[in-house]
Amino acid sequence: MNFPAELKYTKDHEWLQAIDETTALVGITDFAQSELGDLVFINLPQEGDEVTAEEPFCDVESVKAVSDVMSPCTGVVAEVHTDLEDEPQLLNEDPYGAWIARIKDITAYGELMSADEYEAFVEK
Amino acid sequence: MKLIFEKGAPGQHLTLMPPCDVPEVTLSRPRTEPLDLPHVSETELTRHYTALSKRVHGVNDGFYPLGSCTMKYNPKINEDMAALPGFTQVHPLQPEETVQGCLEVLHESEKLLCEITGMDAMTFQPAAGAHGEFTGLLLIKAHHVHRGDTARKKIIVPDSAHGTNPASAVMAGFSVVNIPSGEDGCVDVEALRAAVGPDTAGLMLTNPNTVGIFDKNILEITRIVHDSGGLCYYDGANLNAVMGVVRPGDMGFDVIHLNLHKTFSTPHGGGGPGSGAVGCKDFLRPYLPGPVVVQDEAGYHLTRPKHSIGRVKDFCGNFTVVVKALTYILTLGREGIPEAAKNAVLNANYMMKRLSEKYDMAYAGPCMHEFVMTLQDLKDETGCSAMDVAKGLLDHGIHPPTMYFPLIVHEALMVEPTETESQETMDQVCGVFLSLWDLAHSNPQALHDAPTKTPVRRLDEVGAARNPVLRYTGE
Repeated sequence: MNFPAELKYTKDHEWLQAIDETTALVGITDFAQSELGDLVFINLPQEGDEVTAEEPFCDVESVKAVSDVMSPCTGVVAEVHTDLEDEPQLLNEDPYGAWIARIKDITAYGELMSADEYEAFVEK
Repeated sequence: MKLIFEKGAPGQHLTLMPPCDVPEVTLSRPRTEPLDLPHVSETELTRHYTALSKRVHGVNDGFYPLGSCTMKYNPKINEDMAALPGFTQVHPLQPEETVQGCLEVLHESEKLLCEITGMDAMTFQPAAGAHGEFTGLLLIKAHHVHRGDTARKKIIVPDSAHGTNPASAVMAGFSVVNIPSGEDGCVDVEALRAAVGPDTAGLMLTNPNTVGIFDKNILEITRIVHDSGGLCYYDGANLNAVMGVVRPGDMGFDVIHLNLHKTFSTPHGGGGPGSGAVGCKDFLRPYLPGPVVVQDEAGYHLTRPKHSIGRVKDFCGNFTVVVKALTYILTLGREGIPEAAKNAVLNANYMMKRLSEKYDMAYAGPCMHEFVMTLQDLKDETGCSAMDVAKGLLDHGIHPPTMYFPLIVHEALMVEPTETESQETMDQVCGVFLSLWDLAHSNPQALHDAPTKTPVRRLDEVGAARNPVLRYTGE
């Protein structure tokens, strides 16, 4: 299991990569994709959507289940990774490269963990 | 196996349609090309569908413990009754006085099912469970809106709920508030207390819940919701555990759906058709979908309730399904209905006890009509997942249990034997389950390769979901 040190993590298994003080990339963690199994569909947010920390902003579907993806922060969707629409398997193959959205105008963050803290959280 | 479109040859055809006995009309926009229909003879057609029917597994083929789906035996007397010409040779637009028998069936079924559930009125329009949920939620919405309370936009759903619950709530225009379950799989009462408020439209709940446990706090749960001004919706998916024993109406529920195709032994799966009857307390009666059947001195009539939410399906729903359910209720009677529920619970506990010799149960203690196993440890030890065990069952002529549900249990297998299986059958099935557990340890590859004896081997589920082919294109 992979936990890149430069990222922040949520207890709902999303990651956040800060680009500057009010902009960040968000996605789902290696642990999340391995628990979900092969992903077959992603219901992406739309550019301009207002997202709220710890509330769903997107959902992913595997052969097992549909799961909400919670936003790690409050802000506005600046850009969506539309490649995922045709290739949801990117979320399985490269969870930290397959960002879901770039969020701008961030005004608040949910509860975030460091890589070490998240690794300990997942171990539990 | 070839598709029907790939069989036959141009020029082959069959004559099943009777001669036309009504005047033919010309459509204002006639087709310019003929329909692309298969060119097959009657012989070829019947062989095709007979071949298909031999490759499926139904409750008449073998054990079918699909948890939460109540795949009980469908008595053949139900079919005999539903095939009576008085039920099949009628048209829904016939004058009321010529279909009094049909209306009586609806009226009688409503009365008996209200007695069983503790409700005051019922509609048979919804075609299945989720359709019933949607209808029930529209009744809740109509109730709040009619009394001028438009702030109630949230439906509370426990995290163990059937996936249809939050989906139906969203379809009905609500937003969903998820609340966590406690350690015992039941509603966390404190979390519920914190979630309710002036924006609460209602709570959707199954009891016994999706892990097969009767929520002991049910009266407190419905009281908390009512005190906040919300209503309580009962998902009847698991009524088979308690029918005739305890009534949702007495637990404090205001509106309920029943799956006649689960609990009341009408056909299920492969499209049914099903029936998601919706019952409600008196104060919601004016909002029911129309038409409903009423009785006076002159007989039975169809009428539209005063503030009806409108139709949710054409006519009176899947009518002959109601005939089958009524047959079932009258066959079992006052004593048979609770006896069936008690036997369903007994069978589930019998299997749970036998399987717990090797399998881990997700929750301790006795279950209701179904139980959930967690195969996480088996997967960690042997690499064989719940999916592998499920596929292994197929080679023994057993339909797998429900897999990976509820979502709160890892590597879940949910087993519901129903009351219509004998001890001998369950013993045989338990033997298979236990032998697969051993096989996972001795030869995990054999389970990864399963099934090997079925008409098709393991399917590419990921490929099917990512690149579905939904239509024959001739390629």
